[in-house]
Amino acid sequence: MVGESLPSLRRVRKQNHLRERAIYGLLIVCALVSILTTIGIVVMLVVQSAGFFSKVSLLEFFTETRWTPLFQPQHFGVLPLVGGTLLTAGIAILVALPIGLASAIYLSEYAKERVRRVVKPFLEILAGIPTVVYGYFALTFVTPLLRNIFPNMIVFNALSAGLVMGVMIIPMVSSLSEDAMVAVPRALRYAAYGLGATRFEVATRVVMPAAVSGIVAACVLALSRAIGETMIVAIAAGSTPKLTLNPLESIQTMTAYIVQISLGETPHGTVEYYTLFAVALLLFVMTLLMNLFSQWFVRRYREKY
Amino acid sequence: MKNDLAFQRHLKTRQLRGNLFSALFLGATMIGIFVLVVLMVDVFRDGIGWLDWQFITSYPSRKPQEAGVLAALSGTLWVMVFVALFSLPIGIGTAIYLEEYAQNNRLQRLIQANISNLAGVPSIVYGLLGLSLFVQALAMGRSVLAGALTLTLMSLPVIIIAAQEAIRSVPEGHRSGAYALGASRWQVVRHIVLPAASPGILTGTILAMSRAIGEAAPMIAISALVYLTFIPNSPLDRFTVLPIQIFNWVSRPQEEFGHLAAAGIIVLLLVLLSMNAVAIFLRNRYQKKTEE
Repeated sequence: MVGESLPSLRRVRKQNHLRERAIYGLLIVCALVSILTTIGIVVMLVVQSAGFFSKVSLLEFFTETRWTPLFQPQHFGVLPLVGGTLLTAGIAILVALPIGLASAIYLSEYAKERVRRVVKPFLEILAGIPTVVYGYFALTFVTPLLRNIFPNMIVFNALSAGLVMGVMIIPMVSSLSEDAMVAVPRALRYAAYGLGATRFEVATRVVMPAAVSGIVAACVLALSRAIGETMIVAIAAGSTPKLTLNPLESIQTMTAYIVQISLGETPHGTVEYYTLFAVALLLFVMTLLMNLFSQWFVRRYREKY
Repeated sequence: MKNDLAFQRHLKTRQLRGNLFSALFLGATMIGIFVLVVLMVDVFRDGIGWLDWQFITSYPSRKPQEAGVLAALSGTLWVMVFVALFSLPIGIGTAIYLEEYAQNNRLQRLIQANISNLAGVPSIVYGLLGLSLFVQALAMGRSVLAGALTLTLMSLPVIIIAAQEAIRSVPEGHRSGAYALGASRWQVVRHIVLPAASPGILTGTILAMSRAIGEAAPMIAISALVYLTFIPNSPLDRFTVLPIQIFNWVSRPQEEFGHLAAAGIIVLLLVLLSMNAVAIFLRNRYQKKTEE
């Protein structure tokens, strides 16, 4: 009996060992997909935009103030697109920062558990609405509303797109900031209450300073999200690359330009086609730097308790 | 006495300020919900009158009265199935590797940092990656397959992070117990970790997929064409999806197309809602099972 079962046990073990190795290999392959994705994105952007930068100098790209690749005379200054992007994203953050922060304070410091359980799912729904729906809302609801206030506002404008984009990123600012505030130890709050502080004073002078690294990171991430947001601006902000600070005017963002070219019949291999990748490369670098900054900021300035 | 009076007055203003801001914070929280309600009401008022069986079963048309979402709806369902097919195994596999296999080594830290950066890449950039890689370099054309692979790459970071959280929440004692009985690493993963983590993994995955399905930007780069009058028959057929169809209708100046867009949005929201309902259903079912 013993003589029989030992070799079979050994065989089972050997099979198991082989299976373990095979599964380990499969899992590594899965994990490598994400590395390959990053390599793919970088190689694709660099190689394809090389076709652009071999014809247009970096100097022109970054200093020329006109962007007219689709008609003569062609100008390839990306600044109007960057300006449009920063204008809409700036309006969005002006909306989302105060509202998102205030609701984070409310949810973490004031709200009872019952209220939180009702409010948080609503904010999650708000975050889950497809951006094309927000675009529809901006164009067909917000813009007509704003035109009552600013009669000479253009139909496609930066203000309406920026405001709606702000609403879109409220949940992001709010939930990330709330996470940071909830992580502040209760003892700090009790100490402040014990000294006679009001709830407002505890929230703004104890909890917020202690959570500031998380709050800043949340804002930077939200801004980066706003810069990369595509459909709202493609629908509601227009397609006129223009260097302006006037939110009532029609502008074009980097993302909206990419959509415009993707929809059109620009032939492959032309410099117009490669503008797509040059703009996307700049967009990628901008958002990546912001994401890296927010990660670094949290690591560097986190209060440890 | 005088000091006491000053203190009382100061306390009053502090309390008043506190109450004022508490109302303000509550108001700010309500703004998001208020906008959500207004948005829903606006969409339903514009679109519900145009939403009928004919709208579901018709192809797009130049005449608004005859137009429908059949091509877009079927395209969305096709893409959804393939995104699930690709992203579930890869996403869960990566999460298992990172949580159960990789010791805190350089490869693991690299992959982890890489995933959090990928999660922040704008969706339109994934669209261009799909266009260059799947549509052109791998010659899949503007097909369902190319679209699904693109959305898979886009949603993977979110799925991996969600699956990791679910796996991490399985108590360490369960693993140690199984190892003590002589289970191999995979046996522990297969029989202990995955059953306990599956509700969380499924919920996170379905939520991430519903985000991906609602995305228009990367799909525009893949499938520029919006005027399709057929349903895809194979993964290599051309396709369009609901968000693109909605975008196309929104971009037209005639008012009727605005109503079509609203009706299309209702269909899209219903698709997303049913996905979320499935997520909640699965979570409840599995949670009961593990408790028994």
